[in-house]
Amino acid sequence: MHPALAVIFLTLFSGGGFGIMALTAIVNDLQIDGGLNPLQTMIAVILSLVFVSIGMLSSTAHLANPKNAWRAFTRWRTSWLAREGVFAVLYYPFAVLYLLWVFFTSGTHDVAGLILLNLAGVIGLITIFCQGMIYAVLRTIRQWNTALVPANFYVMGLAIGATVLAAERIIVGAPAGTLVGIALALLAASAVMKGIYYFWISRPGGPTIRTATGFNRSTVRILEQGHTFGTFLTEEFGHTLSAAKARSIKVIMYIFAFVIPIAALVIGIVTGQSAFAWIAVLSVVFGIGVERWLFFVEAQHVVNLYHGRQQC
Amino acid sequence: MRLGLVIDLDTCVGCHACAVACKEWNTSGTTAPLTDYDPYGAKPSGVWFNRIRHFEVGDYPYNKTINFPMSCMHCENAECVTVCPTGASYKRAEDGIVLVDQNKCMGCNYCSWACPYGARELDRVSGTMKKCTLCIDRIYDMEIPEEERQPACVLTCPAHARMFGDVDDPESPVSRAVRERGGYQLMPELDYNPTNHYLPPRVHAPIPIEELKKKAVRKVKEWVNRVVER
Repeated sequence: MHPALAVIFLTLFSGGGFGIMALTAIVNDLQIDGGLNPLQTMIAVILSLVFVSIGMLSSTAHLANPKNAWRAFTRWRTSWLAREGVFAVLYYPFAVLYLLWVFFTSGTHDVAGLILLNLAGVIGLITIFCQGMIYAVLRTIRQWNTALVPANFYVMGLAIGATVLAAERIIVGAPAGTLVGIALALLAASAVMKGIYYFWISRPGGPTIRTATGFNRSTVRILEQGHTFGTFLTEEFGHTLSAAKARSIKVIMYIFAFVIPIAALVIGIVTGQSAFAWIAVLSVVFGIGVERWLFFVEAQHVVNLYHGRQQC
Repeated sequence: MRLGLVIDLDTCVGCHACAVACKEWNTSGTTAPLTDYDPYGAKPSGVWFNRIRHFEVGDYPYNKTINFPMSCMHCENAECVTVCPTGASYKRAEDGIVLVDQNKCMGCNYCSWACPYGARELDRVSGTMKKCTLCIDRIYDMEIPEEERQPACVLTCPAHARMFGDVDDPESPVSRAVRERGGYQLMPELDYNPTNHYLPPRVHAPIPIEELKKKAVRKVKEWVNRVVER
């Protein structure tokens, strides 16, 4: 698949933003590490809104005809993309109302505030599920057509959220022991989940050039693709990555997405240096961005069988 | 009613006339234009509803060239319609034709991801998804003679390798051809249940070339050929 930055940013930033909101809800519900004070809460909610907005705005850049984008909310009965849009928009009023509530009342965990906060958190989590299902329902792309996709989106969105909140606490100098622990657990879980995913998609399966052409008992080779230069199909679906290159990019991804954030958070909480907290946040966002890029490039659409690929 | 195409891989000669006729008709049809990018330059590309690929099936000396025209299969389980968030993609209840409402499409490409057959192509100029309409502006046009109320690709095919009709009607020519010739659907394992079917090449008895060589006429012919060549 063509790794369009607009779509990579959509799931990366909005997933992270919803993760921040869900973690803020958990931290303020249970008063973990004493809970976030009003200022920290407002910073977290604003960060969540900014992340989600970056994702939503960049997704409209992917549209070839954005003047019809408002229609994308209409087919929520059948389309996961429409559902994602509906829930993403529904998240805003609750997140903004909670922000205003905290701003005017300074109450981060009174009943009214917590209702707004938890609703925003839950809607965000539902949106992540919808985003995962956009890819997971496609039977045409074996690497996406698995329950591991929404599971990965969840755990990585929450890992980004926990890392951001833990970093925020380290930077402002508030106690962050439990939060860092949550972030480390989620980062480790993300690394394992992604490993399971890579193991899963490494097994060959799905349609072949034989079932694509119907000559099930013969060898089939492409003689001629039938076009002079590229087509929409080759541009959109033709991207591949050699196995060796994919492996080395995955090593880099694992270092930036999981190893550096875990190390930086541990050093940050021990030394209290805010620089390490910044490193953790930037590294996890960059690393999971690379993970999302790989997610697209490694996805092999079955239409490639008609352009000569033996198996996708 | 389930309108669709049946394509005979035995007789298709791979001339691309169906693709050209399709482009010619539809570039001024309901989803017009079918934009070309850099048509006379070094990297010609553009929107086509019908594309022909060429495959080699089997290994030498039992190999065969198969010309493989592909357009929208007007699937029964049209996932492209299911995933469309705007409602631009729809499948007509009365005849099963899958269409894109150009006024509603926002160009998100999602339907093209859901299509296993590469039937949908984004027009970069209009920003909308375009696809085979089964020449809906021909097949229902009461102004043209009845025998011409067929898709442009079917009318133009010089090898008569394309048939148009109702696959729901068991006695229609397309249904009979599918039944008698062992017509099949592409990638049935994906369960899209495409309406278009493909007829496999006929199995011919091998031509006995050793027998022919023994005939006296042929011996004379070969001798003449040799002499004339000198």
